[in-house]
Amino acid sequence: MKLRFFFSIIFVLAKTDAYAELSIQITQGVDNPIPIAVVPFSMDSGIVLSEDVAGIVRNDLEQVGEFRTLSLSNMISLPDEEQEVFYRDWRILAQDYLLVGKIDQEPGSQLVQVQYEFFDVNREIKLAGEVLTGSITQLRDIGHTISNVVFEQVTGVRGAFTSQLLYIVAEGAGPSTSLFKLEKSDYDGARPQVLLESGEPIMSPSWSPNGQDVAYVSFETGLPRIYIQNISSGQRRQITNYPNINSSPVWSPDGNKLAMVLSKDGSPDIYVQDLVSNQLIKVTDHPAIDTEPSWTPDGDYIVFMSDRTGQPQIYQIALGANSYDVERLTYDCFQCAKARFLPDGVNLVHVRRETRQALYKIAILNIETLRVITLTDTSLDESPSLAPNGSMIIYATKFNGKGVLDAVSIDGRVKFRLPSTQGDVREPSWSPFLN
Amino acid sequence: MGKQRNQFFKMGLLVVSLFVLDACSSTSEMEDESAATQSAASSNSGSSSSGAGSSNQLTQEQIRAQNALRQTVFYFDFDVAEFQPSDRETLTYHARDLAANSGKRIRLEGHADERGTREYNLALGERRANGILNYFIVNGASRSQIEVVSYGEERPEQSGQSEQAYGRNRRVEIVAQ
Repeated sequence: MKLRFFFSIIFVLAKTDAYAELSIQITQGVDNPIPIAVVPFSMDSGIVLSEDVAGIVRNDLEQVGEFRTLSLSNMISLPDEEQEVFYRDWRILAQDYLLVGKIDQEPGSQLVQVQYEFFDVNREIKLAGEVLTGSITQLRDIGHTISNVVFEQVTGVRGAFTSQLLYIVAEGAGPSTSLFKLEKSDYDGARPQVLLESGEPIMSPSWSPNGQDVAYVSFETGLPRIYIQNISSGQRRQITNYPNINSSPVWSPDGNKLAMVLSKDGSPDIYVQDLVSNQLIKVTDHPAIDTEPSWTPDGDYIVFMSDRTGQPQIYQIALGANSYDVERLTYDCFQCAKARFLPDGVNLVHVRRETRQALYKIAILNIETLRVITLTDTSLDESPSLAPNGSMIIYATKFNGKGVLDAVSIDGRVKFRLPSTQGDVREPSWSPFLN
Repeated sequence: MGKQRNQFFKMGLLVVSLFVLDACSSTSEMEDESAATQSAASSNSGSSSSGAGSSNQLTQEQIRAQNALRQTVFYFDFDVAEFQPSDRETLTYHARDLAANSGKRIRLEGHADERGTREYNLALGERRANGILNYFIVNGASRSQIEVVSYGEERPEQSGQSEQAYGRNRRVEIVAQ
């Protein structure tokens, strides 16, 4: 028993190493980023760590676009704790904020202690500080945790740096695709981990609201069927086995139900399956295609796409309403699809094709003012997924003919890309808060 | 009813003879075609035959059926779920083949190009395959002989973002089970 556990660990580690990581590339930042100095964290001589914690924080802050970090060569002092901080050093360098820290490791121990302190240079006060303890394999988590604190102190918004992504990788693009993989990584593409691999397509990964399970579609039996897999244990079960299409699983906000698409009665319609009682409710009933369900933040309505007027448009329907009692939400686009409300319940993120000639873009429609903000200018943009703090959207696009993941802030000002070095990456799903 | 059964019987013979011919023929399609033309010519010049499939001499109709059954991939126009009118005759032969061979099972695999959202493309692939499914049933095939599966845009025939590639990817494939 013990031996088996040991081998499975080895297997996972080897895999993680073998797969090329996605890495961040900032494609567009804001005009006036906030200047912040992140001083390298000091360490006792003799300590050698696999990760640079201050470097991780620097990358986190840079890549969301709202910060500009001071380069090391411009620093005139390298404090590692409060009593070594002289605010005027940092005011001269026009820095608004300062982060310092130090790392301790007991000789021979796998545990490290990371102490950090965060200062407002202009007000000359310490804003935050604590000692984080973790194993040497958790240095990235510690770095992201510090980034969360810095981000929240400065912006007032909870940081999402410890959140994760699910996405699909297809290796050997096109007709020669030999392998489909469901992967999980940090929000920045680091530490990718394979959750499932198959010679048949895998589609539509969706996080459970508690972040512990993923629902997805796998063709492993030769037919598209919905599965739920526990992320940490890997245990999985098949949820559906209806004739024809079984697709688009999306969890209800309370985690008790799964909206999905089934075409068992002839054409694709929206259904809701209760995961506790297993009761299946048919929500829409129309001979056209109804697909891509999502839940309103209160869980009372299902938003979906239908081509009942000839082209894809977005509709919503109250759970329990008559199937003909649908409300159309989009009118001003040639095609609008894959929609989901922001937490405010008013702004609708969706894939938009303005005219017959236009490209597919990610856009936000305010359903009260009808104002539309187009966020992206790449091509074939699809599968938008929202960060848990609502600040950014990750989506799939094509770059140099290859599937890549891009992220854009919900105001469209900040953009970054997670290029993959291997395979086509697609269908990102951003996790809820995991901590 | 009796007439229909007789037709089925003839169809069966025809398919058997096609199978024999197929087994003998070389793998090159060009050579196949010339061989078929020759045999058609000899069939025409010969005296009236006693019945379809009674010899290895094939009628033009049999050759047409044979060639039709060899085509198993059908391409679709952009955003269109109906098969192309030019494929109607070929699909009719496939339907008759299923009607004549009740033990035969096929899978209709529907596909879409990569434009548009993935879930919508999954549904479009199914709509295309269902169009052919319904045509087969109207022309005598049984529902139980046919399984429909859509792969949406997940299994392109050709990669790339060209119109040409997209045209190759909007398709329904008949796969023998």
